Amino acid sequence: MAEAAIRASGLGKRFGETLAVRSVSFEVARGSICGLLGGNGAGKTTTIAMLLGLLIPTTGKAVLLGADMQRDRYRVLPRLNFSSPYVDLPQRLTVRENLTVYAQLYGVRARRVRIAALADELALEAFIDRPYRSLSAGQKTRVALAKALLNEPELLLLDEPTASMDPDTADRLRRYLAAYAHRSGASILLASHNMQEVERICDDAVILRQGEVVAQAAPAELIRRYGGRDLEQVFLDIARGQERLAG
Amino acid sequence: MNDSLLRIGALMLRYYYLIRGSWPRLLEQAYWPTVQMIIWGFITKFMAGQSGWVAQAAGVFIAAVLLWDTVFRSQLGVFLAFIEEVYARNLGQLFVSPLRPWEMIAGMIGISFFRTLFGVGVAALLAVPLFGYSILGLGLPLVALFGNLLVFGWAMGLLVAAMLLRYGLGAESIGWASIFALAPLSGIYYPIATLPDWLQPVAFALPTAHVFEGMRQIMFEQQLPVGHLLAAAALNVGYLALGAGVFLWVFRIARERGLLLQQGE
Repeated sequence: MAEAAIRASGLGKRFGETLAVRSVSFEVARGSICGLLGGNGAGKTTTIAMLLGLLIPTTGKAVLLGADMQRDRYRVLPRLNFSSPYVDLPQRLTVRENLTVYAQLYGVRARRVRIAALADELALEAFIDRPYRSLSAGQKTRVALAKALLNEPELLLLDEPTASMDPDTADRLRRYLAAYAHRSGASILLASHNMQEVERICDDAVILRQGEVVAQAAPAELIRRYGGRDLEQVFLDIARGQERLAG
Repeated sequence: MNDSLLRIGALMLRYYYLIRGSWPRLLEQAYWPTVQMIIWGFITKFMAGQSGWVAQAAGVFIAAVLLWDTVFRSQLGVFLAFIEEVYARNLGQLFVSPLRPWEMIAGMIGISFFRTLFGVGVAALLAVPLFGYSILGLGLPLVALFGNLLVFGWAMGLLVAAMLLRYGLGAESIGWASIFALAPLSGIYYPIATLPDWLQPVAFALPTAHVFEGMRQIMFEQQLPVGHLLAAAALNVGYLALGAGVFLWVFRIARERGLLLQQGE
């Protein structure tokens, strides 16, 4: 059986007196898209930061693509990528310059070809030679996604990738991500507040509440298990501590 | 190793793009070194008629200001390369890429090298037509003086970059000003013997004091300052190891405290 793309075992993080993440354990299967759900402060961003090794956990262990992220993260970092609204790109560089720098950091061969392909797929051509700072929030999100796809990652961690997009662009992006995962066999962990998005493209969903996993299953299975109208209803019930198992 | 060089090159490319897109930034590299050189050039001209000491070695103040600017620009080069990433909230992106912390250090040092060479180089070239003084007159030892000052600037730059990483942009003003705290002890414009006896050993714990003493030995005594150059080099090994070690240690703290995702304005 193939090693999971992500295996989080008892990940916890304490900042002084504040317990940010109590204990998070879950797995993401290779080739699957997994939604990471939770209200504000549930621990999604902290969990992603621990998975990537940007943040050292107080307890537990994260294994990505078979590598322990505390001891061996540099072995797998070229095969991962990430995008988040909590980080940015150099504002004064153009989109093309930013992508060129990151393509070189990731050791991408044929950088111009790869950037041209992404510009075409994510419709960046109209502003690729403009400074990053002059872009709208939605355009910046697309550029951040292009950066995250430069190295054709086997594992992509996306924190709220469609948060600042209009419905049309967000829809195109979801289709693109689903097609990318299908075409490349990549795994995606997608932190999102958009339940329709998760229902539509995720094979699996992990729901966090107060720094703990309270449920993990396919979206349809979660709806069946908790007897909600849709995933949003299930999420609201769980977030408010009002969930009860159906039947 | 090739991958490491590629990543270090990527950081330098990022800085080149930044400079290329902004001529005021390019101008700024040479502006202050040139202004300082002009001020000290006129002081030298005035003092040469008043002081036998200055008259003995024309250009001593110009050489001193150019060499002091080397250490200042070198420190600033590392500090500014790092602060650009903090302003851009780019540290989180950089450190989920395969970039190692030591490669970041090497990239900042590379950026600093070219910034310093350009800034001080322009001022040094202008000193020739303006005051008839060429710092190349110091001969081959100039390479050792320049190299020692560069390395010390890098070490200090890494220490202030570490402080910025640990305490955020609140520590920015310290980054700009910190190197000046060492100026009185460095003996830039006067011999270390001018300092009180008890302060002289403290001054000689700095590579800069040896470099400026060495510079005067060349200019006034026409002697190769082997002892001072070796002492500066030995001290620099320690200071650079300290700067890099503190930066890597603070990087570890930043990963423990989640600072890599919290940096920015």
